[in-house]
Amino acid sequence: MIPRPSSRRPDENFFIVAHDIKYVYEGGIEALKGVNLRIKSGDFIAIVGGNGSGKTTLAKNLIGLLRPTSGSVDVAGNRAEKMTVAELAHFVGYAFQNPDHQLFSGTVEEEVRFGPRNLGMPDAEVSKKADHAIALMGLQNLKSEQPLSLTLGLRRKVSIASVIAMDPQVIILDEPTTGLDAEEIADLMTSIRALNEEGHTLILITHDMRLVAQHAKRVIIMANGRILLDSDPPGAFSDLGLLRSSKLEPPPVTQLAHSLAEFGIPKDIATAEALVESIISARSGRP
Amino acid sequence: MRPLELRDVKFTYANSSRRALDGVSLDIEKGEFVTLLGANGSGKSTICMLSNGLIPHAVKGRLEGSAKVFGFEVSEHTVSEFATRVGIVFQEPESQLFCMSVEEEVAFGPENLAVPREEIRERVGWALELVGMKGYDDRSPFSLSGGEKQRVAIAAALSMRPEMLVLDEPAYALDPVGRIGLYRVLRELKERHGMTVLLAERDAEEASVFSDRVVLTKEGRVIDSGAPKEMLRDPDRLRSIGVLPPQLSEVASLLGKRLGRSDLNFTGMDEARRTIIELFSTRRTGGAR
Repeated sequence: MIPRPSSRRPDENFFIVAHDIKYVYEGGIEALKGVNLRIKSGDFIAIVGGNGSGKTTLAKNLIGLLRPTSGSVDVAGNRAEKMTVAELAHFVGYAFQNPDHQLFSGTVEEEVRFGPRNLGMPDAEVSKKADHAIALMGLQNLKSEQPLSLTLGLRRKVSIASVIAMDPQVIILDEPTTGLDAEEIADLMTSIRALNEEGHTLILITHDMRLVAQHAKRVIIMANGRILLDSDPPGAFSDLGLLRSSKLEPPPVTQLAHSLAEFGIPKDIATAEALVESIISARSGRP
Repeated sequence: MRPLELRDVKFTYANSSRRALDGVSLDIEKGEFVTLLGANGSGKSTICMLSNGLIPHAVKGRLEGSAKVFGFEVSEHTVSEFATRVGIVFQEPESQLFCMSVEEEVAFGPENLAVPREEIRERVGWALELVGMKGYDDRSPFSLSGGEKQRVAIAAALSMRPEMLVLDEPAYALDPVGRIGLYRVLRELKERHGMTVLLAERDAEEASVFSDRVVLTKEGRVIDSGAPKEMLRDPDRLRSIGVLPPQLSEVASLLGKRLGRSDLNFTGMDEARRTIIELFSTRRTGGAR
């Protein structure tokens, strides 16, 4: 029997705590070299870093798909090592980068119902959770479609809905916008924000700094298996050298802002809107 | 002979009822760097596969109109006939790599053409150097990072000494620094070797800086074509066709709206900086309150 804290309590201080975790893959590659991390309920965190920085390895250690070589992870006040992957799934859900790794059912509805049913929820609750997840992702009209016949953008939504349906407090989304076009990204991010507003903790793994600037409340920059920076979004954009050394090209607006510093433009600009506002106010002589 | 000449091309995939291309006319000139920009499903990949004959020979469907590659109708010639003139690189480098070493991978194409050994060695060295992967010859392609794999896939296409390189969202899985690095390599191929580059993208950020021309696609049609600066100046229009606008275009557009200056338009960083500094020096006479 796993202890089940009420998963939406806002005063739950840290829902996930990672203590100095290291992870070595078979063959000796050390993908995590000592990561400490505390995650509050309700946060919207972006984990960013270049290919091979350890982002996905970290996520897999949080959901028990990989177990730390040393160090430990606490989830909802319990040692993760004492829980099975299925038990951890009550608390932390993970949507794969490639949704096709996750989809196998005949219809969207069956796909989304699979998770909660597998966790042993009673039928009525399965229906309630699945309907809610389907509505959140805007898939109401596609319930009887075959998941693999849908476009990549919709397949990704189905895979996220099937994670949401298990109602984990924390949802990890691994590169959810890869391969999507502008319209699909805007649509998906609206649904993802709604999840966060409902009280879910979101961890977005990405290397798209534009996405981070628009949505995240906290940014964790990883490089070489370590956390280089843990900060609010403006702080994450103020050090161009750090971004580049983490294989994260600073967004053009950030580069432009830095080149205009002598005119009083702040260096922590990350969106076009923020840059335009600061240009307008610098121009009118206000600080 | 033009690398690509499409005249009112229509194409419907074998098990689809929808036209993937719905009357596309498009010329790609020798030495041009052209980026096709459009939403998923707008026809970009179909144009890429047409440009080396994969469509209609390997990927079946109904092709109408005229599609000429270096003057030859694609439907009348085989993929292997185009292989020495057109190199193609897909989204996922994994789908293209299969050899035990980087060297074998890059040598595979010319070996199949029975190119003399000495020349193959020379081509492999040349191609790896061009993509910045010199010295990786003995590495296993599967031990490389995503960006490195994509460069090996490009080197493998280059070793055939093509005149045109076609890339379907080549930076798909790359981190931002990998993306920029890849685009620099492509631009250099054009500048130094006169390579024709045709590229499909959903993200206009790099297209604004690296392309000579941008072609906008929507629902199987080409809706506009021209210099990046003109094609990319309206972020709302780009978003409406599923393309992520360049951030500097967004800045120019927002700033223009705030200041009542519809003429504001910049793409490169230096140009943006100059224009904004000018705004500071003209603030008394500018349109702002």
